[in-house]
Amino acid sequence: MTKININLISGRTIQQGVSMEAGKEKENYMTSCGLIELDQADIHQLGIMKNTNVRVTSKFGSVIVKAILATQGPHPGLGWIPMGPWANMLVDSNTYSTGTPTFKGTAVTVEPAENEHVLSSIDLVLKSCNDV
Amino acid sequence: MSKRLTDIICPFCGTLCDDIEIDVSDDGKQILEVYNACAIGSEKFLHVQSPDRITRPRMKQEDGSWNEITYDEAAKYTAKVLCDAKKPLMYGWSSTSCEAQSIGHMIGEQVGGVLDNTATVCHGSTLIAMQDVGIPSCTLGEVKNRADRIIFWGCNPAHAHPRHMSRYSIYSRGYFTGKGSKSRKIIVVDPRPTDSASLADEYIQVEQGRDYELLDAFRAALKGSPLPKMIAGVPSEKIYELVEILKQGRFVVIFFGMGVTHSLGKNHNIDMAIALTSDLNNYTKASIIAMRGHYNVTGSGQVLGWQFGFPFCVDLSRGFARYNPGETSSNDLLMRGEVDGCLVIGSDPGSHFPIGSVKKINAIPTVCVDPHMTPTAAISKCHVPVALVGIEVGGSCYRMDNVPIDSRKVVDPPEGMLTDAEFLDLVLKEVNKIKGDAK
Ligand code: SF4
Repeated sequence: MTKININLISGRTIQQGVSMEAGKEKENYMTSCGLIELDQADIHQLGIMKNTNVRVTSKFGSVIVKAILATQGPHPGLGWIPMGPWANMLVDSNTYSTGTPTFKGTAVTVEPAENEHVLSSIDLVLKSCNDV
Repeated sequence: MSKRLTDIICPFCGTLCDDIEIDVSDDGKQILEVYNACAIGSEKFLHVQSPDRITRPRMKQEDGSWNEITYDEAAKYTAKVLCDAKKPLMYGWSSTSCEAQSIGHMIGEQVGGVLDNTATVCHGSTLIAMQDVGIPSCTLGEVKNRADRIIFWGCNPAHAHPRHMSRYSIYSRGYFTGKGSKSRKIIVVDPRPTDSASLADEYIQVEQGRDYELLDAFRAALKGSPLPKMIAGVPSEKIYELVEILKQGRFVVIFFGMGVTHSLGKNHNIDMAIALTSDLNNYTKASIIAMRGHYNVTGSGQVLGWQFGFPFCVDLSRGFARYNPGETSSNDLLMRGEVDGCLVIGSDPGSHFPIGSVKKINAIPTVCVDPHMTPTAAISKCHVPVALVGIEVGGSCYRMDNVPIDSRKVVDPPEGMLTDAEFLDLVLKEVNKIKGDAK
């Protein structure tokens, strides 16, 4: 199956802010943040339709999110997951003596995972914590 | 009938908009309409009356279900967790008032805790850079009235601080900037062509993680030094051109965000941005401001600063204040397994810390003080909902430019609900009892 290697960053989106304030346990938070924005060129290379689920994996973890076409692009080679538990499944905790983990610039692979589900924020965190 | 409340503060982001107007019902219990706020701010106000709001403290049972308890019981449990721990982590403080923070700090002193705020995953590296090289800064009022060159570096206010541009940085008309956006040149530097970039006069697509190099190139160009053809994905001619635009300005302001603080280089990226600001002062006036996120993260840094001398990750476990980011900071403490009890207030590390750290919070006794259900609440042993500061109780907050503003109460909290400060007061009393020096 096709896999692509890209660089991942995360951060705020207005939908992330609004859905977060409306309740992180609600579905809207998951649909606003449980996604990866990919450049058209990367979606093409991955050989998937937009709006299908993918597995994103880094050295630090793995998560299922929905792949959508970049809303603020183009940026080939760069993936974007809004800040939240989905992005944080993949982030390096190392702070390099600054206190701040390295939230931006994570090397990840993306592969199709049409039959997998995106979990809600609460389920995702509870499941990862109890899977240890 | 309804009444209109004016000059309300929005308690979401560091812009701390102070012109919100709200219609409340005659009995002062219900918010009917929110005016002037952005979509995020409006949602924050309206969500307080969500019918499924949790209004009483609760303890998690063996099977994962919740059991309602009283505030007194919750305070007793919290005090016990903090007193039993050798090194409790007391994290958050950014979505609450300076008054609540100062009570929390008294508890921290009593229990020998580590007091850390959300700057630790946000602008902590900025605070380190400020301590290293100083910072030429100004207020947002000065930006509005004077700035004619604005740089947004690694930040996307259109999404994160939606009214920043209209109130202060692009469209606002000030004393010397009467033509609003026409009197300003806007430059956006970001690896993505963001919605903020689409509003700019110049957009520079820097390669992710190479901000230091590009900032350094700006400094070199400012001094007239030769540059290689391409730097961090940007042609040198563009850099020379932009430097000319900056030099010709009357007042340059650099706003920067997580793009620089979260990328490798971290505090050194900001050192370089500050150095560029200071160099620009040889030609014109220039200032630099961090785009702070939580509405009172700046206030937490201020209160910690007055009381202990350091703005975040203050370790009181040895009976005096120590500060060493990388050692006394939340994620490092958690990853090394050094903390054995946790109080989270005014923040949500369950969503916003790397999962490695979240697993560690799950493994120790944690109390989460938060009005809402969040992933942090889900992994805590005790969840204490409280009234929302800036909506259901007033209190002091600091805007991103370090200007203190008093937030105001809009409506009553649900019956019987305590505020952060009231709950922390109960915890402090219990801690004093356990420590044996109750007054
Ligand atoms: S810009 Fe920030 S402070 Fe202003 S209304 Fe929006 S969220 Fe609130």
